[in-house]
Amino acid sequence: MSTVIPHPTASTATEATQARIEGYNFAYLDEQTKRMIRRAILKAVAVPGYQVPFGSREMPLPYGWGTGGIQVTAAVIGPDDTLKVIDQGADDTTNAVNIRRFFAKTAGVATTDRTVDASIIQTRHRIPETPLTEDQILVYQVPIPEPLRQLEPRESETRKMHALEEYGVMHVSLYEDIAKFGRITRSYNYPVRVNGRYVMAPSPIPKFDNPKMDRMPALQLFGAGREKRIYAVPPYTEVKSLDFEDHPFEVETWEENCALCGAGDSYLDEVIVDDQGTKMYVCSDSDYCRERREAGHVGDGGPNSGGPQ
Amino acid sequence: MADTIDIRPGFADPVAASQKVFRAVLDAMSRPGRIGTIDETIEPPAPLSVGAASLLLALADHDTPLWLAPEIRTPATAAFLRFHCGSPLTDDPGEAAFAVATGDSLPALDGFSVGDDAWPETSTTVIVQLDELTEGSGLTLTGPGIATEHRLAVTGLRDGVWPEWTANGALFPRGIDLVLVADRRIAALPRTTAVRTED
Repeated sequence: MSTVIPHPTASTATEATQARIEGYNFAYLDEQTKRMIRRAILKAVAVPGYQVPFGSREMPLPYGWGTGGIQVTAAVIGPDDTLKVIDQGADDTTNAVNIRRFFAKTAGVATTDRTVDASIIQTRHRIPETPLTEDQILVYQVPIPEPLRQLEPRESETRKMHALEEYGVMHVSLYEDIAKFGRITRSYNYPVRVNGRYVMAPSPIPKFDNPKMDRMPALQLFGAGREKRIYAVPPYTEVKSLDFEDHPFEVETWEENCALCGAGDSYLDEVIVDDQGTKMYVCSDSDYCRERREAGHVGDGGPNSGGPQ
Repeated sequence: MADTIDIRPGFADPVAASQKVFRAVLDAMSRPGRIGTIDETIEPPAPLSVGAASLLLALADHDTPLWLAPEIRTPATAAFLRFHCGSPLTDDPGEAAFAVATGDSLPALDGFSVGDDAWPETSTTVIVQLDELTEGSGLTLTGPGIATEHRLAVTGLRDGVWPEWTANGALFPRGIDLVLVADRRIAALPRTTAVRTED
Protein backbone atom coordinates (compact mmCIF):
# COMPACT_ATOMS: atom_id res chain seq x y z
CA MET A 1 0.00 0.00 0.00
CA SER A 2 1.60 3.28 -1.06
CA THR A 3 1.47 6.24 1.26
CA VAL A 4 -0.23 9.35 -0.05
CA ILE A 5 2.38 12.05 -0.67
CA PRO A 6 1.30 15.41 0.74
CA HIS A 7 0.71 18.16 -1.80
CA PRO A 8 3.57 20.68 -1.60
CA THR A 9 1.19 23.55 -0.87
CA ALA A 10 -0.73 21.62 1.79
CA SER A 11 -0.65 23.08 5.27
CA THR A 12 -0.96 20.87 8.31
CA ALA A 13 -2.95 23.41 10.30
CA THR A 14 -6.51 22.32 10.91
CA GLU A 15 -9.34 24.77 10.87
CA ALA A 16 -11.43 24.71 13.97
CA THR A 17 -15.14 24.70 13.31
CA GLN A 18 -16.28 28.25 13.93
CA ALA A 19 -19.41 29.26 15.69
CA ARG A 20 -21.17 32.25 14.15
CA ILE A 21 -20.09 35.40 15.94
CA GLU A 22 -22.64 37.78 17.39
CA GLY A 23 -23.08 41.42 16.47
CA TYR A 24 -22.96 41.22 12.67
CA ASN A 25 -25.79 40.71 10.23
CA PHE A 26 -25.93 37.29 8.55
CA ALA A 27 -23.00 37.12 6.08
CA TYR A 28 -21.67 40.51 7.28
CA LEU A 29 -23.37 42.87 4.80
CA ASP A 30 -26.45 44.86 5.78
CA GLU A 31 -29.76 44.00 4.12
CA GLN A 32 -29.97 47.11 1.94
CA THR A 33 -26.54 46.37 0.50
CA LYS A 34 -27.49 42.74 -0.13
CA ARG A 35 -30.66 43.81 -1.94
CA MET A 36 -28.66 46.18 -4.15
CA ILE A 37 -26.14 43.45 -4.97
CA ARG A 38 -28.91 40.90 -5.55
CA ARG A 39 -30.64 43.20 -8.03
CA ALA A 40 -27.32 43.72 -9.82
CA ILE A 41 -26.77 39.94 -9.98
CA LEU A 42 -30.23 39.35 -11.48
CA LYS A 43 -29.62 41.94 -14.20
CA ALA A 44 -26.14 40.51 -14.79
CA VAL A 45 -27.71 37.09 -15.43
CA ALA A 46 -30.25 38.68 -17.79
CA VAL A 47 -27.49 40.38 -19.84
CA PRO A 48 -24.74 37.72 -20.00
CA GLY A 49 -21.23 39.17 -20.00
CA TYR A 50 -22.31 42.79 -19.36
CA GLN A 51 -20.69 44.47 -16.35
CA VAL A 52 -23.36 45.83 -14.00
CA PRO A 53 -22.13 48.70 -11.76
CA PHE A 54 -22.82 48.24 -8.05
CA GLY A 55 -22.14 50.14 -4.84
CA SER A 56 -19.16 48.14 -3.65
CA ARG A 57 -18.74 48.38 0.11
CA GLU A 58 -15.73 48.73 2.33
CA MET A 59 -14.89 45.20 3.46
CA PRO A 60 -12.68 44.11 6.35
CA LEU A 61 -9.86 43.24 3.97
CA PRO A 62 -8.10 45.26 1.29
CA TYR A 63 -9.06 45.54 -2.38
CA GLY A 64 -7.27 42.86 -4.32
CA TRP A 65 -8.03 40.24 -1.70
CA GLY A 66 -11.35 39.25 -3.19
CA THR A 67 -13.70 41.95 -1.93
CA GLY A 68 -15.86 41.67 -5.05
CA GLY A 69 -16.19 37.91 -4.81
CA ILE A 70 -16.89 38.16 -1.08
CA GLN A 71 -19.71 40.65 -1.61
CA VAL A 72 -21.28 38.45 -4.30
CA THR A 73 -20.96 35.38 -2.08
CA ALA A 74 -22.40 37.31 0.90
CA ALA A 75 -25.45 38.29 -1.15
CA VAL A 76 -26.02 34.75 -2.44
CA ILE A 77 -25.13 32.50 0.50
CA GLY A 78 -27.70 31.00 2.89
CA PRO A 79 -27.47 28.90 6.04
CA ASP A 80 -27.89 25.66 4.07
CA ASP A 81 -24.99 26.32 1.69
CA THR A 82 -21.59 24.64 1.81
CA LEU A 83 -18.77 26.95 0.80
CA LYS A 84 -15.46 26.10 -0.85
CA VAL A 85 -12.85 28.80 -1.48
CA ILE A 86 -9.81 28.33 -3.68
CA ASP A 87 -6.87 30.52 -4.54
CA GLN A 88 -4.76 29.39 -7.52
CA GLY A 89 -6.48 26.00 -7.22
CA ALA A 90 -5.58 25.41 -3.60
CA ASP A 91 -7.89 25.46 -0.57
CA ASP A 92 -5.19 26.14 1.99
CA THR A 93 -3.53 29.35 0.84
CA THR A 94 -3.90 32.46 3.00
CA ASN A 95 -6.58 34.18 0.92
CA ALA A 96 -8.74 31.06 0.66
CA VAL A 97 -8.43 30.15 4.34
CA ASN A 98 -9.33 33.66 5.46
CA ILE A 99 -12.36 34.01 3.21
CA ARG A 100 -13.62 30.58 4.27
CA ARG A 101 -13.22 31.54 7.94
CA PHE A 102 -14.91 34.89 7.29
CA PHE A 103 -18.08 33.15 6.13
CA ALA A 104 -17.87 30.43 8.78
CA LYS A 105 -17.80 33.23 11.36
CA THR A 106 -20.31 35.67 9.90
CA ALA A 107 -22.78 33.25 8.30
CA GLY A 108 -22.14 30.07 10.30
CA VAL A 109 -22.12 28.07 7.06
CA ALA A 110 -20.46 24.72 6.50
CA THR A 111 -17.20 24.86 4.58
CA THR A 112 -15.44 22.18 2.59
CA ASP A 113 -12.41 21.69 0.41
CA ARG A 114 -14.10 19.03 -1.69
CA THR A 115 -15.39 20.37 -5.00
CA VAL A 116 -18.23 17.85 -5.18
CA ASP A 117 -19.55 18.77 -1.70
CA ALA A 118 -19.72 22.53 -2.29
CA SER A 119 -22.85 24.44 -3.30
CA ILE A 120 -20.94 27.72 -3.69
CA ILE A 121 -17.30 27.87 -4.81
CA GLN A 122 -15.50 31.19 -4.58
CA THR A 123 -12.37 31.22 -6.68
CA ARG A 124 -9.31 33.27 -7.44
CA HIS A 125 -7.43 32.35 -10.64
CA ARG A 126 -8.73 28.81 -11.32
CA ILE A 127 -11.77 26.76 -12.26
CA PRO A 128 -11.80 23.37 -10.50
CA GLU A 129 -10.80 20.40 -12.66
CA THR A 130 -13.83 18.39 -11.48
CA PRO A 131 -16.75 19.40 -13.74
CA LEU A 132 -19.31 21.52 -11.89
CA THR A 133 -23.02 20.69 -11.75
CA GLU A 134 -26.33 22.52 -11.98
CA ASP A 135 -26.51 22.61 -8.18
CA GLN A 136 -23.38 24.72 -7.84
CA ILE A 137 -22.56 28.41 -8.20
CA LEU A 138 -19.04 29.53 -9.10
CA VAL A 139 -18.07 33.01 -7.82
CA TYR A 140 -14.96 34.58 -9.35
CA GLN A 141 -12.82 37.26 -7.71
CA VAL A 142 -12.02 39.77 -10.44
CA PRO A 143 -9.30 42.46 -10.31
CA ILE A 144 -9.93 44.22 -13.66
CA PRO A 145 -13.40 43.45 -15.06
CA GLU A 146 -13.01 45.51 -18.23
CA PRO A 147 -11.39 43.41 -20.99
CA LEU A 148 -10.75 46.54 -23.07
CA ARG A 149 -9.09 48.53 -20.25
CA GLN A 150 -5.51 47.83 -21.37
CA LEU A 151 -6.43 49.11 -24.83
CA GLU A 152 -8.68 52.04 -23.86
CA PRO A 153 -8.24 53.59 -20.42
CA ARG A 154 -11.41 55.72 -20.48
CA GLU A 155 -14.51 54.10 -18.97
CA SER A 156 -16.74 56.46 -21.01
CA GLU A 157 -15.20 55.04 -24.20
CA THR A 158 -15.20 51.34 -23.25
CA ARG A 159 -18.85 51.65 -22.23
CA LYS A 160 -19.67 52.99 -25.71
CA MET A 161 -17.60 50.25 -27.33
CA HIS A 162 -19.60 47.57 -25.48
CA ALA A 163 -22.89 49.31 -26.29
CA LEU A 164 -22.03 49.47 -29.99
CA GLU A 165 -20.44 46.00 -30.03
CA GLU A 166 -17.29 47.69 -31.30
CA TYR A 167 -14.56 45.19 -30.53
CA GLY A 168 -12.20 45.80 -33.44
CA VAL A 169 -9.49 47.14 -31.15
CA MET A 170 -9.40 43.83 -29.25
CA HIS A 171 -8.94 41.83 -32.45
CA VAL A 172 -6.22 44.23 -33.57
CA SER A 173 -4.43 43.70 -30.26
CA LEU A 174 -4.56 39.92 -30.68
CA TYR A 175 -3.43 40.28 -34.29
CA GLU A 176 -0.47 42.42 -33.23
CA ASP A 177 0.61 39.53 -30.98
CA ILE A 178 0.58 37.21 -33.99
CA ALA A 179 2.46 39.73 -36.14
CA LYS A 180 5.15 40.19 -33.48
CA PHE A 181 5.46 36.75 -31.93
CA GLY A 182 3.74 34.38 -34.33
CA ARG A 183 1.01 33.48 -31.82
CA ILE A 184 -1.42 35.04 -29.36
CA THR A 185 0.74 35.41 -26.26
CA ARG A 186 -1.92 35.96 -23.59
CA SER A 187 -1.81 33.01 -21.23
CA TYR A 188 -4.29 34.20 -18.58
CA ASN A 189 -7.32 36.51 -18.51
CA TYR A 190 -7.73 35.51 -22.16
CA PRO A 191 -10.73 37.45 -23.52
CA VAL A 192 -13.94 35.59 -24.32
CA ARG A 193 -17.17 36.42 -26.11
CA VAL A 194 -20.33 35.52 -24.21
CA ASN A 195 -23.41 34.31 -26.08
CA GLY A 196 -22.08 35.93 -29.26
CA ARG A 197 -22.37 39.45 -27.87
CA TYR A 198 -20.28 40.87 -25.02
CA VAL A 199 -16.51 40.54 -24.88
CA MET A 200 -15.74 39.63 -21.26
CA ALA A 201 -12.69 39.25 -19.03
CA PRO A 202 -12.77 35.74 -17.55
CA SER A 203 -10.65 37.05 -14.61
CA PRO A 204 -7.00 35.94 -14.37
CA ILE A 205 -7.67 32.23 -14.85
CA PRO A 206 -5.18 30.45 -17.12
CA LYS A 207 -6.50 30.12 -20.67
CA PHE A 208 -6.39 26.38 -19.91
CA ASP A 209 -9.64 26.96 -17.96
CA ASN A 210 -11.45 28.98 -20.65
CA PRO A 211 -13.06 25.94 -22.33
CA LYS A 212 -14.60 24.94 -18.98
CA MET A 213 -16.66 28.16 -18.98
CA ASP A 214 -18.39 27.22 -22.24
CA ARG A 215 -21.87 25.80 -21.60
CA MET A 216 -21.01 25.08 -17.96
CA PRO A 217 -24.03 23.63 -16.09
CA ALA A 218 -23.25 25.83 -13.05
CA LEU A 219 -24.09 29.53 -12.80
CA GLN A 220 -20.95 31.71 -12.98
CA LEU A 221 -20.90 35.05 -11.13
CA PHE A 222 -18.06 37.57 -11.21
CA GLY A 223 -17.41 40.27 -8.60
CA ALA A 224 -14.90 43.13 -8.88
CA GLY A 225 -14.81 45.08 -5.60
CA ARG A 226 -12.40 47.90 -6.38
CA GLU A 227 -13.85 48.43 -9.87
CA LYS A 228 -17.43 48.03 -8.57
CA ARG A 229 -18.73 45.67 -11.24
CA ILE A 230 -20.71 42.43 -11.20
CA TYR A 231 -21.21 40.23 -14.24
CA ALA A 232 -22.44 36.74 -14.95
CA VAL A 233 -22.56 33.83 -17.33
CA PRO A 234 -25.81 31.84 -17.03
CA PRO A 235 -25.65 28.02 -17.21
CA TYR A 236 -25.32 26.41 -20.66
CA THR A 237 -24.24 29.67 -22.26
CA GLU A 238 -21.74 29.84 -25.09
CA VAL A 239 -18.38 31.27 -24.00
CA LYS A 240 -15.95 31.48 -26.89
CA SER A 241 -12.29 32.45 -26.58
CA LEU A 242 -11.41 35.06 -29.19
CA ASP A 243 -9.21 33.77 -32.00
CA PHE A 244 -8.68 33.80 -35.76
CA GLU A 245 -9.52 31.09 -38.32
CA ASP A 246 -5.84 30.58 -39.13
CA HIS A 247 -4.76 30.97 -35.48
CA PRO A 248 -7.34 28.97 -33.53
CA PHE A 249 -7.46 29.20 -29.73
CA GLU A 250 -5.30 26.60 -28.00
CA VAL A 251 -4.76 25.72 -24.35
CA GLU A 252 -1.47 25.03 -22.61
CA THR A 253 -0.14 21.48 -22.61
CA TRP A 254 2.65 19.88 -20.61
CA GLU A 255 5.05 17.12 -21.49
CA GLU A 256 5.01 16.08 -17.83
CA ASN A 257 2.25 14.51 -15.77
CA CYS A 258 1.54 15.43 -12.15
CA ALA A 259 4.39 14.01 -10.04
CA LEU A 260 2.00 13.10 -7.25
CA CYS A 261 -1.14 11.73 -8.90
CA GLY A 262 0.03 11.19 -12.47
CA ALA A 263 -2.78 13.31 -13.95
CA GLY A 264 -2.14 14.22 -17.57
CA ASP A 265 -5.29 16.29 -17.97
CA SER A 266 -4.95 18.90 -15.24
CA TYR A 267 -3.30 22.31 -15.01
CA LEU A 268 0.20 21.83 -13.58
CA ASP A 269 2.22 24.12 -11.33
CA GLU A 270 5.99 24.09 -11.56
CA VAL A 271 7.51 23.68 -8.08
CA ILE A 272 11.23 24.26 -7.44
CA VAL A 273 12.33 21.62 -4.93
CA ASP A 274 16.00 22.43 -4.19
CA ASP A 275 18.71 25.07 -4.52
CA GLN A 276 19.91 23.56 -7.81
CA GLY A 277 16.66 24.54 -9.49
CA THR A 278 15.36 21.00 -9.76
CA LYS A 279 11.66 21.14 -10.44
CA MET A 280 8.59 18.98 -10.25
CA TYR A 281 5.14 19.46 -11.72
CA VAL A 282 2.04 19.03 -9.59
CA CYS A 283 -1.68 19.66 -10.04
CA SER A 284 -2.66 23.24 -9.25
CA ASP A 285 -6.09 21.95 -8.11
CA SER A 286 -5.17 20.43 -4.74
CA ASP A 287 -8.55 18.77 -4.21
CA TYR A 288 -8.48 17.09 -7.64
CA CYS A 289 -4.95 15.85 -6.94
CA ARG A 290 -5.91 14.48 -3.53
CA GLU A 291 -9.00 12.74 -4.90
CA ARG A 292 -6.91 11.04 -7.54
CA ARG A 293 -4.28 9.95 -5.03
CA GLU A 294 -6.96 8.63 -2.68
CA ALA A 295 -8.36 6.67 -5.62
CA GLY A 296 -4.96 5.02 -5.99
CA HIS A 297 -3.39 7.05 -8.79
CA VAL A 298 0.34 7.55 -8.30
CA GLY A 299 2.73 9.85 -10.16
CA ASP A 300 6.43 9.30 -10.66
CA GLY A 301 7.15 11.17 -7.42
CA GLY A 302 9.22 13.94 -8.97
CA PRO A 303 12.93 14.25 -9.77
CA ASN A 304 14.36 13.31 -6.35
CA SER A 305 12.15 10.36 -5.59
CA GLY A 306 13.93 7.66 -7.52
CA GLY A 307 10.77 6.51 -9.22
CA PRO A 308 7.18 5.85 -8.17
CA GLN A 309 6.55 5.69 -4.44
CA MET B 1 -61.16 60.92 11.52
CA ALA B 2 -59.00 59.54 8.75
CA ASP B 3 -59.53 55.99 7.59
CA THR B 4 -56.98 53.57 8.95
CA ILE B 5 -55.56 50.76 6.84
CA ASP B 6 -54.69 47.42 8.30
CA ILE B 7 -51.11 46.74 7.13
CA ARG B 8 -50.45 43.01 6.91
CA PRO B 9 -47.19 41.66 8.34
CA GLY B 10 -44.19 41.08 6.06
CA PHE B 11 -41.59 38.33 6.50
CA ALA B 12 -41.31 36.99 10.06
CA ASP B 13 -37.53 36.62 9.57
CA PRO B 14 -36.64 39.14 6.83
CA VAL B 15 -32.93 38.23 6.62
CA ALA B 16 -33.45 34.50 6.06
CA ALA B 17 -36.60 34.89 3.96
CA SER B 18 -35.07 37.49 1.64
CA GLN B 19 -32.10 35.22 0.99
CA LYS B 20 -34.32 32.21 0.21
CA VAL B 21 -36.61 34.20 -2.06
CA PHE B 22 -33.61 35.74 -3.86
CA ARG B 23 -32.11 32.30 -4.48
CA ALA B 24 -35.44 31.11 -5.90
CA VAL B 25 -35.53 34.09 -8.30
CA LEU B 26 -31.83 33.73 -9.14
CA ASP B 27 -32.40 30.09 -9.98
CA ALA B 28 -35.47 30.97 -12.05
CA MET B 29 -33.60 33.73 -13.91
CA SER B 30 -30.59 31.44 -14.51
CA ARG B 31 -32.71 28.58 -15.83
CA PRO B 32 -35.59 30.22 -17.71
CA GLY B 33 -38.79 28.22 -17.61
CA ARG B 34 -37.84 26.14 -14.56
CA ILE B 35 -40.44 26.64 -11.86
CA GLY B 36 -39.39 27.49 -8.33
CA THR B 37 -41.51 27.71 -5.20
CA ILE B 38 -41.71 30.47 -2.61
CA ASP B 39 -42.16 28.82 0.79
CA GLU B 40 -42.59 31.93 2.92
CA THR B 41 -45.74 32.16 5.03
CA ILE B 42 -47.11 35.62 4.41
CA GLU B 43 -50.64 36.75 3.68
CA PRO B 44 -50.27 39.82 1.48
CA PRO B 45 -53.32 41.98 0.78
CA ALA B 46 -55.32 40.85 -2.28
CA PRO B 47 -54.83 40.86 -5.19
CA LEU B 48 -51.09 40.67 -4.49
CA SER B 49 -49.99 37.02 -4.66
CA VAL B 50 -47.63 35.43 -2.16
CA GLY B 51 -45.04 35.06 -4.92
CA ALA B 52 -45.18 38.68 -6.12
CA ALA B 53 -45.29 40.08 -2.58
CA SER B 54 -42.32 37.93 -1.51
CA LEU B 55 -40.27 39.07 -4.52
CA LEU B 56 -40.88 42.70 -3.66
CA LEU B 57 -40.21 42.23 0.05
CA ALA B 58 -36.90 40.58 -0.87
CA LEU B 59 -35.73 42.92 -3.63
CA ALA B 60 -37.50 46.29 -3.56
CA ASP B 61 -36.53 49.27 -1.41
CA HIS B 62 -36.26 53.07 -1.54
CA ASP B 63 -33.96 52.81 -4.59
CA THR B 64 -36.54 51.00 -6.74
CA PRO B 65 -39.64 52.83 -7.98
CA LEU B 66 -42.61 50.45 -8.24
CA TRP B 67 -45.40 50.53 -10.75
CA LEU B 68 -48.56 48.64 -9.89
CA ALA B 69 -51.24 47.91 -12.48
CA PRO B 70 -54.50 49.76 -11.61
CA GLU B 71 -56.30 46.56 -10.53
CA ILE B 72 -53.43 45.76 -8.14
CA ARG B 73 -52.90 49.25 -6.75
CA THR B 74 -55.43 49.28 -3.93
CA PRO B 75 -55.03 51.31 -0.74
CA ALA B 76 -54.12 48.09 1.10
CA THR B 77 -51.44 46.91 -1.37
CA ALA B 78 -49.98 50.40 -1.72
CA ALA B 79 -49.76 50.77 2.06
CA PHE B 80 -48.28 47.28 2.43
CA LEU B 81 -45.51 47.93 -0.11
CA ARG B 82 -44.82 51.48 1.04
CA PHE B 83 -44.48 50.34 4.63
CA HIS B 84 -42.42 47.16 4.16
CA CYS B 85 -40.31 48.07 1.13
CA GLY B 86 -40.21 51.84 1.41
CA SER B 87 -40.45 52.01 -2.36
CA PRO B 88 -41.89 55.05 -4.11
CA LEU B 89 -44.96 54.15 -6.19
CA THR B 90 -44.86 55.62 -9.67
CA ASP B 91 -47.64 56.25 -12.17
CA ASP B 92 -45.27 55.85 -15.11
CA PRO B 93 -44.35 52.23 -15.96
CA GLY B 94 -41.43 53.65 -17.96
CA GLU B 95 -39.63 54.73 -14.80
CA ALA B 96 -40.27 51.64 -12.69
CA ALA B 97 -37.51 49.29 -11.54
CA PHE B 98 -40.17 46.71 -10.70
CA ALA B 99 -43.71 46.50 -12.04
CA VAL B 100 -46.54 44.19 -11.02
CA ALA B 101 -49.37 43.40 -13.41
CA THR B 102 -52.04 40.77 -13.96
CA GLY B 103 -51.54 38.46 -16.93
CA ASP B 104 -54.91 39.02 -18.58
CA SER B 105 -54.53 42.81 -18.50
CA LEU B 106 -50.74 43.09 -18.93
CA PRO B 107 -49.93 46.44 -20.58
CA ALA B 108 -47.97 46.52 -23.84
CA LEU B 109 -44.41 45.45 -23.05
CA ASP B 110 -42.88 48.48 -24.77
CA GLY B 111 -44.46 50.77 -22.18
CA PHE B 112 -41.90 49.68 -19.59
CA SER B 113 -38.32 50.90 -19.40
CA VAL B 114 -36.07 48.90 -21.72
CA GLY B 115 -32.91 50.59 -20.43
CA ASP B 116 -30.15 51.95 -22.59
CA ASP B 117 -27.59 50.23 -24.83
CA ALA B 118 -24.86 51.53 -22.53
CA TRP B 119 -26.84 50.83 -19.32
CA PRO B 120 -29.07 47.82 -20.07
CA GLU B 121 -29.48 47.00 -16.36
CA THR B 122 -31.78 50.00 -15.90
CA SER B 123 -34.73 48.22 -17.54
CA THR B 124 -37.90 47.26 -15.68
CA THR B 125 -38.31 43.80 -14.16
CA VAL B 126 -41.99 43.03 -14.76
CA ILE B 127 -43.71 40.65 -12.34
CA VAL B 128 -46.76 39.09 -13.99
CA GLN B 129 -49.41 37.38 -11.87
CA LEU B 130 -50.89 34.38 -13.67
CA ASP B 131 -53.50 31.74 -12.87
CA GLU B 132 -51.22 28.79 -13.44
CA LEU B 133 -47.67 27.80 -14.40
CA THR B 134 -46.80 24.27 -15.49
CA GLU B 135 -43.53 22.79 -16.65
CA GLY B 136 -43.15 20.29 -19.47
CA SER B 137 -45.66 21.48 -22.08
CA GLY B 138 -46.83 24.65 -23.81
CA LEU B 139 -44.27 27.27 -24.83
CA THR B 140 -40.84 26.19 -26.04
CA LEU B 141 -38.02 28.22 -24.52
CA THR B 142 -34.43 28.44 -25.74
CA GLY B 143 -31.49 30.66 -24.90
CA PRO B 144 -28.83 31.15 -22.19
CA GLY B 145 -29.55 29.06 -19.10
CA ILE B 146 -31.26 26.32 -21.11
CA ALA B 147 -29.30 23.20 -22.15
CA THR B 148 -31.55 22.30 -25.11
CA GLU B 149 -35.07 23.58 -24.55
CA HIS B 150 -37.49 24.07 -21.67
CA ARG B 151 -41.28 23.82 -21.93
CA LEU B 152 -43.54 26.09 -19.92
CA ALA B 153 -47.33 26.36 -19.96
CA VAL B 154 -48.89 29.61 -18.77
CA THR B 155 -52.56 30.18 -18.00
CA GLY B 156 -54.11 33.61 -17.61
CA LEU B 157 -51.96 35.62 -19.99
CA ARG B 158 -53.59 37.96 -22.52
CA ASP B 159 -53.21 37.30 -26.26
CA GLY B 160 -50.45 38.89 -28.26
CA VAL B 161 -47.71 38.93 -25.60
CA TRP B 162 -45.29 36.63 -27.42
CA PRO B 163 -44.85 38.72 -30.59
CA GLU B 164 -44.15 41.67 -28.25
CA TRP B 165 -41.67 39.46 -26.38
CA THR B 166 -39.85 38.66 -29.62
CA ALA B 167 -39.64 42.39 -30.36
CA ASN B 168 -38.28 42.92 -26.84
CA GLY B 169 -35.60 40.28 -27.47
CA ALA B 170 -34.55 42.05 -30.67
CA LEU B 171 -33.62 45.12 -28.63
CA PHE B 172 -30.81 43.23 -26.85
CA PRO B 173 -28.92 44.32 -24.79
CA ARG B 174 -31.90 46.52 -23.96
CA GLY B 175 -35.15 44.91 -22.91
CA ILE B 176 -37.39 44.10 -19.98
CA ASP B 177 -37.14 40.90 -17.95
CA LEU B 178 -40.24 38.96 -16.88
CA VAL B 179 -40.91 37.08 -13.67
CA LEU B 180 -44.06 34.97 -13.98
CA VAL B 181 -45.87 34.20 -10.74
CA ALA B 182 -48.78 31.86 -10.04
CA ASP B 183 -49.48 32.08 -6.31
CA ARG B 184 -46.29 30.56 -4.84
CA ARG B 185 -44.80 29.31 -8.10
CA ILE B 186 -42.35 31.45 -10.03
CA ALA B 187 -40.57 31.22 -13.38
CA ALA B 188 -38.50 33.88 -15.08
CA LEU B 189 -37.87 34.92 -18.65
CA PRO B 190 -34.79 37.11 -18.98
CA ARG B 191 -34.67 39.18 -22.19
CA THR B 192 -32.36 36.56 -23.76
CA THR B 193 -35.00 33.81 -23.75
CA ALA B 194 -36.59 33.04 -27.11
CA VAL B 195 -40.20 31.85 -26.87
CA ARG B 196 -41.85 29.67 -29.52
CA THR B 197 -45.62 29.11 -29.32
CA GLU B 198 -47.30 25.86 -30.42
CA ASP B 199 -48.34 27.01 -33.89
